Amino acid sequence: MSTQPSTQPPSTQLAGSTKVRTAPGAASARFLSSLDDRRIPRFGGFSAALLRLELLRKLRNRRTLIFTMIMPAVFYLIFGLTNKDEMLGSTNAALYISVSLATYGAMIATTTGGAQVAIERALGWSRQLALTPLRPAAYILIKVIVSMVLGAVSVIVVFVLTATTGVHAPLTTLVSSGLLVILTSCVFAAFGVMLGYLLPAENAIQVASMVLGILSLIGGLFVPLEIWPDTLQTIARFTPAYGVGEIARAPLGGGYDHWAIVSVLVWLAIFVAGSALALRRDTSRV
Amino acid sequence: MTSQTTSHTPASAVPVHRGAVTASAVALNHLTKSFGGITAVNDLDLTIRPGEVVAFLGPNGAGKTTTIDMLLGLSRPDAGDVEIFGMPPRRAVSLGYVSSVMQTGGLLDDLTVRETVEYTSAIFASSLDTDLVLKRAGIAEIANSVVKKCSGGQKQRLRFAMALLPDPALIVLDEPTTGMDVTGRRDFWHQMRADALTGKTILFATHYLEEADEFADRVILIADGKVVADGSAHEIRGMAAAKTVSATLPLTDGEPTAEAGVAELVDLLGGLAGVESIDVQARRLRMRTTDSDAAAKMLFDNACTDLEITSHSLEDAFISLTAKGA
Repeated sequence: MSTQPSTQPPSTQLAGSTKVRTAPGAASARFLSSLDDRRIPRFGGFSAALLRLELLRKLRNRRTLIFTMIMPAVFYLIFGLTNKDEMLGSTNAALYISVSLATYGAMIATTTGGAQVAIERALGWSRQLALTPLRPAAYILIKVIVSMVLGAVSVIVVFVLTATTGVHAPLTTLVSSGLLVILTSCVFAAFGVMLGYLLPAENAIQVASMVLGILSLIGGLFVPLEIWPDTLQTIARFTPAYGVGEIARAPLGGGYDHWAIVSVLVWLAIFVAGSALALRRDTSRV
Repeated sequence: MTSQTTSHTPASAVPVHRGAVTASAVALNHLTKSFGGITAVNDLDLTIRPGEVVAFLGPNGAGKTTTIDMLLGLSRPDAGDVEIFGMPPRRAVSLGYVSSVMQTGGLLDDLTVRETVEYTSAIFASSLDTDLVLKRAGIAEIANSVVKKCSGGQKQRLRFAMALLPDPALIVLDEPTTGMDVTGRRDFWHQMRADALTGKTILFATHYLEEADEFADRVILIADGKVVADGSAHEIRGMAAAKTVSATLPLTDGEPTAEAGVAELVDLLGGLAGVESIDVQARRLRMRTTDSDAAAKMLFDNACTDLEITSHSLEDAFISLTAKGA
């Protein structure tokens, strides 16, 4: 236990401040007057350095990597590639499934990324951050961006697999679909942040994953909406995963429900407002 | 005790001018905070001058942490206000005027020690060099270790490093040495004292009396959300040094002069240096004094018998002072 690296005698520690000791008055006067030059950081403390460190944390987390990269890729190989020669309406089934799985991967990455705030609150890290100039909005923005980047990696992994396994997928289709997936994943980043502020740390991530599974299933990501009974189909159109999936598949050329755009915007507004409310409630006790 | 005078010098020698003149590092005015029906902090007033090293001493539940939370802007008082160098706490925090070392938590397991410091450094507009801070906190050697693998003491040093980073004028420490070994505790405080010399103000909460006694210039005893004693470490130790001397008064067989004789003796005893209280019940006299020898001699010379001297530990003084506040 006693690996305390501080066994050097105190005298060496003090060596630097001997000068100070001879004239404490002058030194502290200088120090106190230097305080006037201090300023508050721009953008509420948001910076590229923080983004880099947060991304590094993500990449170190093996569980995150499994869920956001390996799982969608494996699912594609199992469910997508095997349907390479099938057609779903006018689109190749493998491509359809590939886009759905990329969407799912991005959803997982962004939701769990957002829900990370629950864990950081439990660790007392949020409290630590409250003792810095970092504004909650800047903190959340960093979480959202980092989880969207991870979602993007998930999309790229699935699409590269799709493009290299002989599925007919024009590059422009993949790129535009991929960009739409990444763009709409902000809905789920907001969803994750909201859950992160509302749920206790022990189960925030689990609850988030479970909710995502259900939403993806009825929202038409795992199976086409058409297999569900009419009532469920109608309900499904009002759930958050539906709009995101529809928009992601729009570049495939099979046509899409224009209400999906409204759905995505409304859900985004709901989750952002929910996060803001939860955050306000949270800061009163940190 | 020379250190006391040294660290007080900046306070008196250097008045702080900034816009409006602010002579105080911390000013708590009528601070009140309750949770449910329980009043945690009760109309607390306190002023700390720049350069002071102040121990906030009190039993658990005395309101130390609640006060510190309000002082740092982590929670809002129900009534009263906080000023740190003449500004609201949130602003003082954002400018890096004040930083804090927390008791537990507050670290990310998946970053290395260096990365954790870099993270904090990236937030502040200006901060000290990462390597310098790591060295000062005595964790330069473990800079590349992952936080998860650090010992409790190492983690506390890391929290300390993060608190040093903005080069604050005021450092607030909530039970800072919990989980440290003796060497760690020494080094930690040694570092804090060196910092105090450059004009830093230090406020630390503790329930270790020795820690308050050894490292603080000024000790503030708090109980039930109120200040019950406020003085130099020396004065507080003086309170603790008092002993109880008791003796049986001489038999006077109901003579009319008996009452007068007792009163005379009590007057005499009261004139001795260091006497805090004298109490006579039936024929037994009990007194609290810091100079028990002088009291014992006088009692003996006046034909008192059954002399008893009991000493009080720091603990006793602490308990009696904090219980009085109730």
